[in-house]
Amino acid sequence: MFRNFKIIYRRYAGLYFCICVDVSDNNLAYLEAIHNFVEVLNEYFHNVCELDLVFNFYKVYTVVDEMFLAGEIRETSQTKVLKQLLMLQSLE
Amino acid sequence: MPAVSKGDGMRGLAVFISDIRNCKSKEAEIKRINKELANIRSKFKGDKALDGYSKKKYVCKLLFIFLLGHDIDFGHMEAVNLLSSNKYTEKQIGYLFISVLVNSNSELIRLINNAIKNDLASRNPTSMCLALHCIANVGSREMGEAFAADIPRILVAGDSMDSVKQSAALCLLRLYKASPDLVPMGEWTARVVHLLNDQHMGVVTAAVSLITCLCKKNPDDFKTCISLAVSRLSRIVSSASTDLQDYTYYFVPAPWLSVKLLRLLQCYPPPEDAAVKGRLVECLETVLNKAQEPPKSKKVQHSNAKNAILFETISLIIHYDSEPNLLVRACNQLGQFLQHRETNLRYLALESMCTLASSEFSHEAVKTHIDTVINALKTERDVSVRQRAADLLYAMCDRSNAKQIVSEMLRYLETADYAIREEIVLKVAILAEKYAVDYSWYVDTILNLIRIAGDYVSEEVWYRVLQIVTNRDDVQGYAAKTVFEALQAPACHENMVKVGGYILGEFGNLIAGDPRSSPPVQFSLLHSKFHLCSVATRALLLSTYIKFINLFPETKATIQGVLRAGSQLRNADVELQQRAVEYLTLSSVASTDVLATVLEEMPPFPERESSILAKLKRKKGPGAASGLDDGRRDASNNDINGGVEPTASTLSTPSPSADLLGLRAAPPPATAPAPASAGNLLVDVFSDSPAAQPSLGPTPEEAFLSELEPPAPESPMGLLADPAPVADPGPEDIGPPIPEADELLNKFVCKNNGVLFENQLLQIGVKSEFRQNLGRMYLFYGNKTSMQFQNFAPTVVHPGDLQTQLAVQTKRVATQVDGGAQVQQVLNIECLRDFLTPPLLLVRFRYGGAPQSLTLKLPVTINKFFQPTEMAAQDFFQRWKQLSLPLQEAQKIFKANHPMDAEVTKAKLLGFGSALLDNVDPNPENFVGAGIIQTKALQVGCLLRLEPNAQAQMYRLTLRTSKEPVSRHLCELLAQQF
Repeated sequence: MFRNFKIIYRRYAGLYFCICVDVSDNNLAYLEAIHNFVEVLNEYFHNVCELDLVFNFYKVYTVVDEMFLAGEIRETSQTKVLKQLLMLQSLE
Repeated sequence: MPAVSKGDGMRGLAVFISDIRNCKSKEAEIKRINKELANIRSKFKGDKALDGYSKKKYVCKLLFIFLLGHDIDFGHMEAVNLLSSNKYTEKQIGYLFISVLVNSNSELIRLINNAIKNDLASRNPTSMCLALHCIANVGSREMGEAFAADIPRILVAGDSMDSVKQSAALCLLRLYKASPDLVPMGEWTARVVHLLNDQHMGVVTAAVSLITCLCKKNPDDFKTCISLAVSRLSRIVSSASTDLQDYTYYFVPAPWLSVKLLRLLQCYPPPEDAAVKGRLVECLETVLNKAQEPPKSKKVQHSNAKNAILFETISLIIHYDSEPNLLVRACNQLGQFLQHRETNLRYLALESMCTLASSEFSHEAVKTHIDTVINALKTERDVSVRQRAADLLYAMCDRSNAKQIVSEMLRYLETADYAIREEIVLKVAILAEKYAVDYSWYVDTILNLIRIAGDYVSEEVWYRVLQIVTNRDDVQGYAAKTVFEALQAPACHENMVKVGGYILGEFGNLIAGDPRSSPPVQFSLLHSKFHLCSVATRALLLSTYIKFINLFPETKATIQGVLRAGSQLRNADVELQQRAVEYLTLSSVASTDVLATVLEEMPPFPERESSILAKLKRKKGPGAASGLDDGRRDASNNDINGGVEPTASTLSTPSPSADLLGLRAAPPPATAPAPASAGNLLVDVFSDSPAAQPSLGPTPEEAFLSELEPPAPESPMGLLADPAPVADPGPEDIGPPIPEADELLNKFVCKNNGVLFENQLLQIGVKSEFRQNLGRMYLFYGNKTSMQFQNFAPTVVHPGDLQTQLAVQTKRVATQVDGGAQVQQVLNIECLRDFLTPPLLLVRFRYGGAPQSLTLKLPVTINKFFQPTEMAAQDFFQRWKQLSLPLQEAQKIFKANHPMDAEVTKAKLLGFGSALLDNVDPNPENFVGAGIIQTKALQVGCLLRLEPNAQAQMYRLTLRTSKEPVSRHLCELLAQQF
């Protein structure tokens, strides 16, 4: 619980991934949304580790924007997100 | 798949990040950063034009520095330049910088908006998405003004790519949330609804989010989404676990989209179309069935995704609250989860069951899990889970299991976490009262509470036990005996001394016959605690002592000795000193008769809402469990009552209207019936007595008494009526007014200000003024919880042909009310012609996702438009005779419901609106009034006469007006008031 929101988090090794959502939002759905996101990162960075996220912080933003936008879930299909990311990767 | 190498493409950035990471100390890091900042500054200022790559690299470094927590005050212009680059990577970094470091410089904004505009028009999906993401991430009003009109077009354009549609939908959602006024509804809304049919599930997901938000304010515009959502949901739910391929997550088809569709459906009442409804019920059943199937994977992701859908399904079932079969199945499913090894699931199950317990269809089913829940209370390791278990026990309690639940809660209290003890105490106290069949059980329970958790027993709790004991003579002897026994304990809590002192003072005589509890024994028992107690308790005990002198004359000498002791008469505390002096004098100068009158047993307290319940309501938003502390929190919560709370010292007389619940901005004292109380009487006697000084401030006892006295009796219905969340009745139909609505309305017939309604979530206060046929009313809606109310929409409805009789103009209020906040709504009222029924106030909002709806009667009655008229006796009788047609007169003979006090009656009649005419009626006991009801169409003259008969405790009320229904109506309204 945080002010009028709640925070849903999941720990991966030394990193906590947190989402702040409305109190009435579905806990489990967002818990899995975190995992979905982490799986995409893992796929995109090939065995993601903390250093990948630090050195490529600007790419992480792109991944976030593909999957979450305006505080809502944008795309949940890992295949689609990865396809789009690789397409962007190939652009100069 | 190509992995991304470290900082690929920008070696300088990677080197810089490595440098920072290698810094051994904070100072070294700052030094390195400052060096870099100087470098970048000089590059940006340098004469040589930078190429896109360098700009990108430096801007990216600035961004990194900013993310480390340092201020960045330059580089915006370079970032804006990057926006118009034709290289994706440069454009992306530019947008990222702008999104993260928004700057309000207007020149810059113009440039940014220009770049966005170009990208939106570029027809290049990648650029369009970048631009849309930037708008969505910034969401400022300026951007809303610039683009709110364009985005719907992009969203519904036939040639937009799917990814662009997704981004456009959510971008629009963001702009709408930030500034709803900028997003015009239009023909695009219908096409948005049809996106629910889109081939691309990602587009559907985004569209559902958008529609869910938009439909809350415009439910009718989006009504068609119901059937589309149902058919979409049905296709997902019935698909095999691999059908949806990309959108299958650990063998669960499209879990997030399902959850979102189920949430969208919760914005509406059950579908009206039988076919749609049938299909939906089938879906819900399928979800419940699937929960029983063996899992397709052992992975937690599988079960989480599956259960996310299941819980959302159960929420929808609870929201509809109309399918008993589904409700019971939901309950059974949750019952299984109660014993699940996943703590998260047990927590969620307890939470959902709490709402199920309030549905009449599933209450019984919930009750079957009582043992499991009690077990959870005892064995759960996580405090938040135990808290939910306690909530659920409270919600499932009824007459059949109250004893069990109360005793379990009492047992739990001994080991409960400090943070939730007070709340448990309140809950136990409420349940014990609500479901007490024999009141000795109730008394035992409360005394146990004090024994186990005395520190957490708030004043409201022990006030309440005194009220109940005073009002029920069958339990008084038992109570006296029990407190007497409880006080025997060598160390008992001070609250026990207070209760004991009060009860023995009132009812000690009932056990005085037993030599083991003879008057001197009672006295010395109480007095043995005296010196260890606080001033307030000692003051209360002194009052007990003077009552003893009256009850047991044999104790008089001893007690006078105590009062006379220097430690009392010259006590440094002025309150104690005053009491000692006054009581001593009273006991010496007053005859036994006077003493007996002054110290007569307290009259029964008029029934009213339990002060404890009020306290729990103040405390409790479902989420507020953790931060429970007493005094401060209560004080701040009182503020939402909209009233200024007079502190005890500012009251010059004991105010009979000081109330635990109400607006403490004391309503005119005269409008409240003031049952003669010992407190008042005591002061009166003293002010006449030259021997003693009149009390200046209210003594703690008076304050205490006045706390107990309600301003106006409330219905017994209101006493413990538990406002269960009401299902959303839909936009069209208005639920019937709540059962108390008439009682609540009656409270306002003779007054204009006060608290109209209060439950656990919401308090509604009223302030109004009327002149001629016009009125203005301020409604104050206070959110008593810590969570935001959403879609808050209070509206005024005119049932029947009231529309033609009364015009009420309402101003819209904010649709969101933050936790603890108050919003004000102004109503302008015009009385067009005489009317009989008040308008309805329909309050709807969403709280914690559940729609709440409440229908009240707006306190506007015809008498509000009274214009008092003064006239001489002669004129009065002349007019009285003129109105002598049988239908023009209405008469009622009725029993007094309140003490018959001439002053109070006068005040009420004035509050009712008529003028009071003296020297008209030959009998000075009678009241005569006259007035004119002002409406736009006509005026109605009214004469009234009220004849009290003190002996019979009856009244006769006669009204004559020029309009027959008005006479009857006024007569009915007024008769309720005495």
